[in-house]
Amino acid sequence: MPSETESGSVTAGKSATAEPMISLSNVHKSFGDTEVIKGISFDVAKGDVVCIIGPSGSGKSTLLRCINALVPIDGGSIRVEGQEVHDANLDRLALRKKVGMVFQQYNLFPHKNALDNLMMAPIKVLRQDKKEVRERALKLLEKVRLSGKEDAYPGELSGGQQQRVAIARALAMNPDIMLFDEVTAALDPETVKEVLLTIRELAEEGMTCILVTHEMGFAREIADHMYLTDRGVIVEHGPPAEFFDNPKDERTRSFLGQIL
Amino acid sequence: MLAQISQWFIWLNQTTGINLTIVYDSYDRGRMIDGFLNTIYLSLICLVISVIIGVIGAWLQRSSLKWTRRLVQGYIQLFRNTPPLVQLYFFYFAIGSLMPKIENKYGIMQPILSNWDWAIISLSFFAGAFNVEIFRSGIEAVPKATVEAAESLGFNRLQVYLYVVLPLAFRVCLPALSNNLVNLVKTTSLAYAIAVPEMLYVANQIWSDNLNVPEMMTFLLFAYVFLVGILVWAMNRLERRLQLPGYGG
Amino acid sequence: MKSRNSVAKPTDLPVLMPIAERLTRGRGIGLSYDIPRLQLRAWHGLFLLGVLVFFSASAWAQQSPDHPATLAQAFIRWMPLLLKAFVFNIVMSFLAMSLGTIAGVGLGVMQLSPTRPTHAVGWFVTQFFRNAPWLVLLFFCMFLLPFRFSVFGVTVPFPDWIKATLGLALPVMANVAEIMRGAVASIPSGQWEAAHSLAFSRRQIMFGIILPQCIRRMLPPWMNLYAILTMATVLASIVGVSEVMTQTQRVLSAENRPEFIVPFYAFVLLLFFVYCYPIARYTQKLELRYAVRD
Repeated sequence: MPSETESGSVTAGKSATAEPMISLSNVHKSFGDTEVIKGISFDVAKGDVVCIIGPSGSGKSTLLRCINALVPIDGGSIRVEGQEVHDANLDRLALRKKVGMVFQQYNLFPHKNALDNLMMAPIKVLRQDKKEVRERALKLLEKVRLSGKEDAYPGELSGGQQQRVAIARALAMNPDIMLFDEVTAALDPETVKEVLLTIRELAEEGMTCILVTHEMGFAREIADHMYLTDRGVIVEHGPPAEFFDNPKDERTRSFLGQIL
Repeated sequence: MLAQISQWFIWLNQTTGINLTIVYDSYDRGRMIDGFLNTIYLSLICLVISVIIGVIGAWLQRSSLKWTRRLVQGYIQLFRNTPPLVQLYFFYFAIGSLMPKIENKYGIMQPILSNWDWAIISLSFFAGAFNVEIFRSGIEAVPKATVEAAESLGFNRLQVYLYVVLPLAFRVCLPALSNNLVNLVKTTSLAYAIAVPEMLYVANQIWSDNLNVPEMMTFLLFAYVFLVGILVWAMNRLERRLQLPGYGG
Repeated sequence: MKSRNSVAKPTDLPVLMPIAERLTRGRGIGLSYDIPRLQLRAWHGLFLLGVLVFFSASAWAQQSPDHPATLAQAFIRWMPLLLKAFVFNIVMSFLAMSLGTIAGVGLGVMQLSPTRPTHAVGWFVTQFFRNAPWLVLLFFCMFLLPFRFSVFGVTVPFPDWIKATLGLALPVMANVAEIMRGAVASIPSGQWEAAHSLAFSRRQIMFGIILPQCIRRMLPPWMNLYAILTMATVLASIVGVSEVMTQTQRVLSAENRPEFIVPFYAFVLLLFFVYCYPIARYTQKLELRYAVRD
């Protein structure tokens, strides 16, 4: 069960005793004068699915970007598989190979078709064999139920289809960890389901996932651990059942009250 | 066949006075073809150099050094807000007069850069000033999120530029770029003023010899409109080919 | 991205493409612009004058004893002549702009006509004169217009500079027509539908509803065109009109001092820059203001 220390450090999840996959301790981040993350700490164990919820502007998306070293942090430490992320000598390539990320706006490359979107990074970045990458990419498209859409360009796909291509694109790098940044927020309600299904399958296969989401029902079903952030700090956390049914903090109650 | 056409144009001259020597007179025809090709050659060279200037300028404008950016801005504003003809004169007469002279193979002293060279330099810098802004706005038009996505896939800075930013920026730039190139082709006629034998210059020689100003003038107008038309057509095709599927149409 | 295809027609003059279009195009795909721009103020002008003085000084330093006049003296001597010649350029630009605008609006209305032949003629004339080089059009008018003509037995002289002005007005006309066509096309079709549903006639819609809305959109490219035209007035020097470039060359040959060439040409560049740069700045400002409000 979660144990909270004075500094707010949290150890959570099924295998809290093993070396955590991701470990954040006292992370701080400011944009100009506004501090968006004010000392967040938590661990994620291998195979865990962690959902982060919270009001907009509470620093959730920034947190994900920090884990992927897309944004530098101002204080504290983030370790991914034991490797300090915000180290000047960090091998970014190695980190990003380990950590895949999916964005709210899909951010596919509009000048490449679906298959090429998947194949580009493994070929150009990892210098893998083209034929092998192609086979893997085709399998991934099949996995996200988009067989037959290999030649379609992002502009010709629906939002849900684009988002599944984006998931497959991240998976093509064979990451150990997947970060999902409000991946259903820009989608039509009908297409949300197909994307969530894909994520659920991934989680069931044992992929370590961190999701920032507004889909409470989905979070409750899929998460091993829930976090609520507000104004740059973790307000409450716990296993979903407890978190949703018996929230302790007033802010959690009011947030859940607004959403549900 | 060719002889018959020539014959017909000679007849046209004798009966109506419409004198198109460039069709039936082989010397004039040769001159005109050279002039036409020179215009194309001048346009192409300036096109290539001005695009290179544009890319380098756009890259320098993203420099973190304030004075580098200001210098590029100064270059752009200076060349955009002064007459291209005066720029050409300034390069050819003013700067050219300061350049050293070298001895050519006949032992005659001649300027190190010819009127051709100056025309190329001047026109390239003129068109380049527009290209810098065009390319910069193209690069800025690539969404930051797309760049972020590429970074998250492990692309390094150069790769992000090469595989994502530039291909997208180029598409955004194309309409403005093709406008600028059209303008460049038209501006090559200024080289006339420093005696570069392009189309206008040659036409002038021909009408001085044959006193057929109206004919040559009309021919010139159509020749330029034809050249520009071809360029517009080619750029439109390129644009359509590069169009991102699913975006507009 | 959709908007760019409708806004930027591939045949537009490059210089005629306002920044606002790029901005709106950019906003279509959701991004933020920050365009650093050269902000020149009055003291920059003083700085430029300083550069000129520096040039004068360096030319003065090179001066040999058998050449008595310094560059500064030469400038003082010739300045009135050159400035007068430059005013002449501006007069030509005003005239050509007025003529070109009036003719261009007519041509634009022709292009927008629902009658096919009228539209076709308007379109052809516009495209033809837009795509021909300004210098060639200038030659066209210089050589093909008579130097005088008779009206009811009275002989009216037709001096070179008038012909040159007409030659410059031709491309202005075509560009104004194109600007107008673009502006009308940018008015949403809902405006036409709404007006039709209120039983306005086509003419009423055009002049009472559509064109008034277009004026705002036409203003920045029209001002841009004016700056281009002003810079094109020096082309008249090639055909012998006594404007500022011609006079400068005359001054230089009268002085016969090679070291004066750079400063005098630089002075002509400076004259145009000082006149055209504020216009360009103001155009940008208008574009940005409209782009934000749209």
